[in-house]
Amino acid sequence: MPQTLYDKLWDSHVVHIEDDGTALLYIDRHLVHEVTSAQAYEGLRVAGRKPWRVDSVVATADHNTPTTNWDEGLGGVKDSFARLQIETLDSNMKEFGAKVYFPYLDKRQGIVHVIGPEQGATLPGMTVVCGDSHTSTHGAFACLAHGIGTSEVEHVLATQCLVTKKMKNMRVNVEGPLGRGVTAKDVVLAIIGKIGTAGGTGSAIEFAGSTIRSLSMEGRMTVCNMAIEAGARAGMIGVDDSTIEYLRGRRFAPQGREWDQAVVYWRTLKSDPDAKFDREVTLDARDIKPHVTWGTSPEMVVAVDDTVPDPDKEKDSLRREGMERALQYMGLHPRTPITNIRIDKVFIGSCTNSRIEDLRAAASVVKGKRVASNVKLAMVVPGSGMVKEQAEKEGLDRVFREAGFEWREPGCSMCLGMNPDRLDAGERCASTSNRNFEGRQGVGGRTHLVSPAMAAAAAIAGHFVDIRRWS
Amino acid sequence: MEKFTVVNGLVAPLDRANVDTDQIIPKQYLASIKRTGFAEGLFGDWRKKDPNFVLNQPRFKDATILLSRRNFGCGSSREHAPWALVDWGFRCVIAPSYADIFFTNSFNNGLLPVILTESEVDRLFHECNAFPGFRLVVDLEQQTVSTTNQSLSMHFDIDPFRKYCLVNGLDEIGLTLRHADKIRAFEARRKTQLPWYF
Ligand code: SF4
Repeated sequence: MPQTLYDKLWDSHVVHIEDDGTALLYIDRHLVHEVTSAQAYEGLRVAGRKPWRVDSVVATADHNTPTTNWDEGLGGVKDSFARLQIETLDSNMKEFGAKVYFPYLDKRQGIVHVIGPEQGATLPGMTVVCGDSHTSTHGAFACLAHGIGTSEVEHVLATQCLVTKKMKNMRVNVEGPLGRGVTAKDVVLAIIGKIGTAGGTGSAIEFAGSTIRSLSMEGRMTVCNMAIEAGARAGMIGVDDSTIEYLRGRRFAPQGREWDQAVVYWRTLKSDPDAKFDREVTLDARDIKPHVTWGTSPEMVVAVDDTVPDPDKEKDSLRREGMERALQYMGLHPRTPITNIRIDKVFIGSCTNSRIEDLRAAASVVKGKRVASNVKLAMVVPGSGMVKEQAEKEGLDRVFREAGFEWREPGCSMCLGMNPDRLDAGERCASTSNRNFEGRQGVGGRTHLVSPAMAAAAAIAGHFVDIRRWS
Repeated sequence: MEKFTVVNGLVAPLDRANVDTDQIIPKQYLASIKRTGFAEGLFGDWRKKDPNFVLNQPRFKDATILLSRRNFGCGSSREHAPWALVDWGFRCVIAPSYADIFFTNSFNNGLLPVILTESEVDRLFHECNAFPGFRLVVDLEQQTVSTTNQSLSMHFDIDPFRKYCLVNGLDEIGLTLRHADKIRAFEARRKTQLPWYF
């Protein structure tokens, strides 16, 4: 019977399955970070258990690490709780071990979803889990990758398995060429705008179609990253030449004969031509414009040449109330043109958009220009130390600095503001991250999600602009 | 884990759809390495900002059942969300639908996420608003949600395995380790066939 990519990944990892469909799924790669692992290791210790397979673990500290003052060492972490979490991860790594650990201040440290692929620690055909919902990112490599809670982190550490049930198969096809200035971020925002934040609940989404195939691996990661914002625990894309070329020569990728064998296997990791999906959605890439979110949920999104929607036009009362609440929180009026919205801060970073390609795109927009005077802070936070090093080699740091951006150390930073990088109440931010929930970037902060190029242009103009008209 | 059989409790109505985990427990309350003590952060921003927020009202102070709308718990994987709910005293959430990760996390912490239809939930909101001190009886064994006088009773579905674990307060790791030999055999096979994953 023809199989979907998800079917194949699922079948190849089932260790045991009960009559009701509850399965033990074998986990190949376990990514660990400081905020959701402490309680799991504590649980192991209390129960007197050991990790099942230490070399499946790749760990780093990223969520609450500061992006400045690295020269002060751990003393530069002013928040005592953050320091405690970082130190706790250090001591857990010493006690329990890992395949590799990139601690705070290491030059290969970075956001867990950036460093996995970058190190070749994420490989096609793997199951990948992490106590973080954006684990879906790794699905860009034809992995079954999803976020888990801390109890599950402990469970995977202790048993190398996850107790789970098979999800439904959903496919989102995007076909056709992308217009100028339209990026992977806009594609995924358009998808979420279409299917909603619960559109993929209970499903694993495969992204397919000529547009998706034309994306670089960085772009594919951006798309899969936000599968969770469409409600799907996992997003994935089949293997092709781009996948394989990206991985060649990476630190933990196989070498020599093993590489050749792996590639043969990896090439099978795509949906069969006649595979059946429970649900399919198709978008025409030609219709996709640069997108900007206006509300407090990623599905509250419109094209940049559109206006803030009017709740009075919404028939569903629950939705209408949600829209009204969002507009009030965001301090916006219905029918305001998006390009009239002025911003206070700009954040270029996060596991959605902090890879080298993202920084190049943003740098090309700001080159030779200056950040607008009403913008209090514009910052670029590379996804990892390796991205930072590469960007500096290419001189991108200078381009940003000369334009008035701050160039920071890697980490999650203002994506969730667990470190000192935050919005103050009422501040409005053009952000390349993935969540615009109330208070996500700081209590009372207002987040607009956009692509790196759109964020960069907004920094220069002081308000949103249509990047398609940028010169 | 505490066993879950029957909960007879006061209901707190949180009349919003898409309540996300960033609201259930805002990030400024995540900085702990323990599993307890998160009650303080439960709906922290909303409680601070709005004196009329449901959990600020004395009449709902001792609620153990939270009633809400569709797509409850969307957003991040933070298990601090169910920890905070449990720490506050909630044993059960009732809503028409949940985000997947939150749903799983709840079971792993003895918090029962009950799914009722939109119209049933709607009905409960009406009752809850109409009658001060409105209580519900959630009977996991029978899979029912009913009013204390039984005038209203609704059935809910639940995965049998999850029910079994919850009713018996079982530790999932222990259950899985019963299959340790199978896991080892699977692993050995995988290592021979696809060695580059090890
Ligand atoms: S960058 Fe943001 S979304 Fe990504 S892992 Fe860090 S906190 Fe989560």
